[in-house]
Amino acid sequence: MLKTINLSKSFNRETDNEINLFNNFNIEIEKNKCTAIIGPNGCGKSTLLNIIGGSVMADEGQIILNNRDISSLREEERAIYIGRVYQSPSMGVSPSLTILENMALADKKGEKFSLRPLVKKDRIPKYIELLKDLDLGLENKLNTKVKYLSGGQRQSLSLIMAAMKYPELLLLDEHTAALDPKTSQVVMKKTKELIEKYKITTIMISHNMRDAIEYSDRIIMLDKGEIVLDKPSWEITERELINIYSEKIVA
Amino acid sequence: MNTLIITSIEQGLIFAVLAMGVFLTYKILDMPDLSVEGTFPFGAFLFARFVSMGIHPIISTLMAFGFGTLAGLCTATLFTKLKIKPILAGILTMTILYSVNLKTNGKSNVPLFNYSSIFHKGSILLILIVIVLLIKIILDLFLKTETGYLLIATGDNESLVRSLGESSNKYKLIGLMLANGLVALSGALMAQYQGFADMTMGNSIIVVALASIIIGDTIRKNSQILKNTTRVIIGAIIYKLIGGIAIDLGLNPNDLRAVNALIVIIFISYNNFAADFFKFGKSKGGEQIAKNN
Repeated sequence: MLKTINLSKSFNRETDNEINLFNNFNIEIEKNKCTAIIGPNGCGKSTLLNIIGGSVMADEGQIILNNRDISSLREEERAIYIGRVYQSPSMGVSPSLTILENMALADKKGEKFSLRPLVKKDRIPKYIELLKDLDLGLENKLNTKVKYLSGGQRQSLSLIMAAMKYPELLLLDEHTAALDPKTSQVVMKKTKELIEKYKITTIMISHNMRDAIEYSDRIIMLDKGEIVLDKPSWEITERELINIYSEKIVA
Repeated sequence: MNTLIITSIEQGLIFAVLAMGVFLTYKILDMPDLSVEGTFPFGAFLFARFVSMGIHPIISTLMAFGFGTLAGLCTATLFTKLKIKPILAGILTMTILYSVNLKTNGKSNVPLFNYSSIFHKGSILLILIVIVLLIKIILDLFLKTETGYLLIATGDNESLVRSLGESSNKYKLIGLMLANGLVALSGALMAQYQGFADMTMGNSIIVVALASIIIGDTIRKNSQILKNTTRVIIGAIIYKLIGGIAIDLGLNPNDLRAVNALIVIIFISYNNFAADFFKFGKSKGGEQIAKNN
């Protein structure tokens, strides 16, 4: 379970453009559930994910992941517990390495990197099994460099790489936003299968209301760093969500 | 002509060590490291200093490598800890090294004819081939290790390295240290080869290194089998051969630097434009594609 306690964050401090994004922000994310965060640009979705992931530090407050205070850990130290898939398909992979080499890197996550050879033959069947789950035929392209893959293929690979070591928390930062609608649906379906299969606690940012309802268990709407809606996904329809969105935020 | 070819190959092999070092920063870490202009003579002066103290030339050469890595440590510290931009960090290290180089032996030119060198044991060409192959094999093996792959990933995508629980700065440090160590080693070899260490031997050496890397890239561009280190070595030798032949054909040695820069410009523009242009000429329409399949 993830919990933030009195989180505060402001940008451009002590200037005319100071923005107090979060002020004593508290949220609890249940274990083994997928929580979707929606809201307009600038509402703090990405900043919240960055603060949890550690790429942006909060000014004040604590982040507790499974009873462990991770607030003071650096991004790479938190990465041992947290997996993340970014919006850009090139952020989660190493394009000049092959699929096999990328998988082998992800397989070492959180362990010590030594002077032993990276790719271990006895681990390859495991990678093939994981890639087969994606249904994209990537298991037959182990020695293909990732830069030759399509955006959807790369994003699916990033997802597997982020999830394969069973992180305690998975952060999906609009991970299908850069894909075409059809590929986006394929990747979303795979995402849902994967997080259900491995029972990974997930926070997903989305601009797509339908995706948010269909693929998550709980929906949180943010506006200017505050929660304006917090409901189980099955209690709300897309129409209602859009109405609330335009009522509370656009108005 | 024959001696010209052998001399060019020998010098090419020495520059291959330099180019493999610069390859680590320029190609793998995707970072311009200008400190090599200071590290190359630094290696030469270190060697001169050690060998004049009576240390065995092989040990002196290895010590030049060891101390050379410190130049990389300096650049990496300026860049990762003090947040100075890589290009400026390199220039600052280079500037510091200028004074350090003068201090090492107390003068700007040190003759080494009176001391023994690693080349005294046998054929210069053979010794150089062994050294270059040894470095190439070690480097290839290193790049296949867990640490080596993280070095490649750091140049490719730093956020991936952090997501694996590792600090990308650590790998920049390793890369810069190794690179500068190799450059200093190359400088030490050059000092023994030409019989002196000189302040000016580092001038525009980065162009030599980049030329070797870029020429290497041009050879059989799409071949998967040809390793990058092999490309760099062949590139350095071809580069030296071009320069040697140009001088043999009557080029004024004073014009050599401009010609060197010209070679780099030609090969980069070839890689950027002409390669596509020629490919277009080769594969005309479906008939050719059908034939290929």
